[in-house]
Amino acid sequence: MLGSAIIVFREVLEAALIVAVVMGASRGAIGRGRWVSGGIALGTIGACIVAAFAGRLSDALEGRGQELFNAAVLLAAVVMLAWHSVWMSAHGRRLAEEMRRLGHDVVIGAKPLYAIFVVTALAVLREGSETVLFLYGLAAGGTGQFALIGGGVLGLAAGVGLGFALYRGLLRIPLRRFFTVTGWIVLLLAAGLAASAADFLAQAGALPALSPELWNSSAILSQSGLLGQILHILVGYQDRPSGIGLVFYIVTIVTVVALMRWVGGHRHDAGRASLAASNTS
Amino acid sequence: MQRLGLFLLTTALVIAPLAMAAPPEYTLIIKNHRFEPSEVMVAAGQKIKLVVDNQDATPEEFESHSLNREKVIPGRSKATIWIGPLKPGTYDFVGEYHEDTARGRIIAK
Repeated sequence: MLGSAIIVFREVLEAALIVAVVMGASRGAIGRGRWVSGGIALGTIGACIVAAFAGRLSDALEGRGQELFNAAVLLAAVVMLAWHSVWMSAHGRRLAEEMRRLGHDVVIGAKPLYAIFVVTALAVLREGSETVLFLYGLAAGGTGQFALIGGGVLGLAAGVGLGFALYRGLLRIPLRRFFTVTGWIVLLLAAGLAASAADFLAQAGALPALSPELWNSSAILSQSGLLGQILHILVGYQDRPSGIGLVFYIVTIVTVVALMRWVGGHRHDAGRASLAASNTS
Repeated sequence: MQRLGLFLLTTALVIAPLAMAAPPEYTLIIKNHRFEPSEVMVAAGQKIKLVVDNQDATPEEFESHSLNREKVIPGRSKATIWIGPLKPGTYDFVGEYHEDTARGRIIAK
């Protein structure tokens, strides 16, 4: 039972932490709870479908189906997170200022909730399908139903609990810095997912690894440990990163920051102009 | 199945040096939630193709942090994983769904 709890915990953790970051970063948006719940529900249904067709998916595209599917899911999440970051670069500062002025969260309707919905659904889809397959294997392998359900529930609860703890932790960041800090976490999260996508493409033989192991810091901070795993999810830490993974990581950061600067600069001027206009009128 | 695996392995070992373009192929069998063989010797310094043949009825997830690889292999099916080029050394892997029994390592020379 403990064994199955640990595996379910590990699988759930990634989705739980991503949802926590997304929930934190979308603070103040109207109906975000509904969008996130919808994303979790859709992701869970999708995970069951993916698990049911795991065999066919694995055989598809000359045995590269699973890797290409994972890479596609990850890259789609990267695009959505990038969109969120770029949107925040245009609106985040004003949002934080208003929240500080009023002393509480303001509600805004225009936040990119589709992005939040899609990221949540994709995170649950990817990790959920592995959990479903694992539990299916246990059930088929004759583990007692009680142990199976008990372990699964325990692992799920622990994963969700850690996600919730992270969310509460994020909310303690002072408002002045809130969107800056969550913005950086979203950016690094996106970069880490892009690096994972690169590794899947290398595993499929679709991209060269460049170097399969740039360095090995597993003795300092192992990726198998809880802290290493959490940092892997949140900021893309890898104890033995590949060359192609690092390239994807850096390219993602540089691209998104450039877009943020560009859009943020433009919109900021526009925002100041409209603010000035409304003051004079 | 096992004979086929052995045949493929032998074929791969014979053909690989002849056809430089084709990367060497190694086969790993999962049976009763264990890897056979549990130690695979592979060539260092070149890309290799690892075929994992899951003969159990249940799915397994091949996972290796040291190789940066993870792949779910449904029951009674084969999966291909591209690895390397590796530096000489030892790389551990596990079957994540049965980590207590499904363990092995790749030794690159």
